[in-house]
Amino acid sequence: MTTAAALAPPSAPPPAAPSVRPAEDGAPLVDAAGLSRPRRPRVPLPRPLRRLAGPLILVALWQLAGNLGAIDSRVLATPGQVLSAGWELARTGELASNLLASLARVAQGLVIGVSLGVLLAVLAGLFRLGEDLVDSTLQVLRSLPVLGLLPLVIIWFGVGEEPKVALVVFATVFPVYLNTYAGIRGVDSRLVESARVLGLSRVGLIRHVVLPGAVPGFLVGLRFALTSSWLVIIIAEQLNATSGIGYLMNQAQAWYRTDIIVLGLLIYGLLGLGADAVVRLLERRLLRWRRGFDGN
Amino acid sequence: MTTATETTTTATASIARAVEPDTAGVAAEPAAAAGLADTAVLARDLRRSFADREVLGGLDLRIRRGEFLALLGRSGSGKSTLLRAMAGLDPDFTGQLLVPQRRSVVFQDPRLQPWKRVLDNVVLGLPGSRSENRAQGLAALTEVGLAQHAQAWPVTLSGGEAQRAALARALVREPELLLLDEPFGALDALTRIRMHGLLRELCRRHRPAVLLVTHDVDEAVLLADRVVVLTEGRLGPAHEVRLPAERPRSHPEFAALRAALLAALGVLAESGSEVEAS
Repeated sequence: MTTAAALAPPSAPPPAAPSVRPAEDGAPLVDAAGLSRPRRPRVPLPRPLRRLAGPLILVALWQLAGNLGAIDSRVLATPGQVLSAGWELARTGELASNLLASLARVAQGLVIGVSLGVLLAVLAGLFRLGEDLVDSTLQVLRSLPVLGLLPLVIIWFGVGEEPKVALVVFATVFPVYLNTYAGIRGVDSRLVESARVLGLSRVGLIRHVVLPGAVPGFLVGLRFALTSSWLVIIIAEQLNATSGIGYLMNQAQAWYRTDIIVLGLLIYGLLGLGADAVVRLLERRLLRWRRGFDGN
Repeated sequence: MTTATETTTTATASIARAVEPDTAGVAAEPAAAAGLADTAVLARDLRRSFADREVLGGLDLRIRRGEFLALLGRSGSGKSTLLRAMAGLDPDFTGQLLVPQRRSVVFQDPRLQPWKRVLDNVVLGLPGSRSENRAQGLAALTEVGLAQHAQAWPVTLSGGEAQRAALARALVREPELLLLDEPFGALDALTRIRMHGLLRELCRRHRPAVLLVTHDVDEAVLLADRVVVLTEGRLGPAHEVRLPAERPRSHPEFAALRAALLAALGVLAESGSEVEAS
């Protein structure tokens, strides 16, 4: 074999093609070093930048179309108009106060909903009676569409903060419950058995084996819960509210302010991304044992 | 085989009753029966069936304190069932089974809690204060040569290292009975040889009674004081291992014992290659 190519450092340019040379006798041999090396042409830009290029081109085309008068601003504002609307609202303080109102509702609903979901999952996951009572009930309730409850929630709670928080609670309980319950039930029975041999009490088993084993499932549920909580709050704030991003968008609709509507959508999108980042951070912290990586 | 007296319901103070369905809830009766003073395990007419299939058909077995007993059998012969009964993991057998209070089990897979660091796994379930336990756990890890991995996550350990951690976890409890369920079955041949040496050394130091369940004849001869063969739920005659401590394979007794055990397992040894007996 060509020892030079085989011994060359990985950074060396790959040979143009696997060099084929005749063996002493019989079939020709192929240089193994050239076989597995990718022969794709190199693009100078790093991957994240290349991935960003697509959306950027789209936004640029959108702006261009707006500037050329191809899009009526009452139909869709240009990116520039959206940015200036954002700046305007930020200056008056309207943006911050409405954003805070939305965040507070989602946070309250999440705290209640996630706690309730975990509590019910533990009851159903650990106790036979809990399973019989809780699981069947939640499986029935789960099939109700959350937003279908809106009229009922308004009758119950009026038009204040409570109906919005209640809807978020309703939207977050189920994903957290379902995934945490599945996590508890999915804990490896061999691990439970080995912990029992070590003399762990029932409480110790739950604390050291069952609950840690359910954490991955819980995190999946939390991710779903975050997504659906934003979904629900958008609708709730557009129907009856005097504050919040959804309220802002609804007001804008009356005045054909598509720039503010698009701004609202943009903010919801960013909040969704932020929520996802929070869960990922939690995962890295709580599931360190999965890859054994400590970050140092 | 059974050499115990006719005492059926009494035990020495340190022998506790294993899960015994017939008399569940009855506390172990205090000392009597001087004949049980050096006994770690006593099984009488032990039976266990799964559905209609009888897996253990009336076993009588006694393991002395500090004795290393190897239980050989083909897969499905009931050897793991017997071990699980002794571990207290099977409430559904009938007959009498007396085992010590302090028991440890090492399974074929290490069964470390993946979300606990190695040291936390070793001390899991230990009574006593945290600092005391950690000191003991660290000492046990040092014994198996894993002290430098005390703070590692189990997923980062190799198969042999994880099994050594499981061994440390079993020994830190100072068991009177150590139950080994094919503990080296999943390891590569070289690691297995090193684990044999380690186990022998640890048993010499701690002197628990050991039940090693295996289907590896060489492993049984290398490690055990006595070997019994389990065939379809029944025990064959015991084979005492009369070999020097190092168990040299070149010893004529080694080959003779090996051939006898293979024959008991239904495999004929023929000039180095084993042939299935029909």
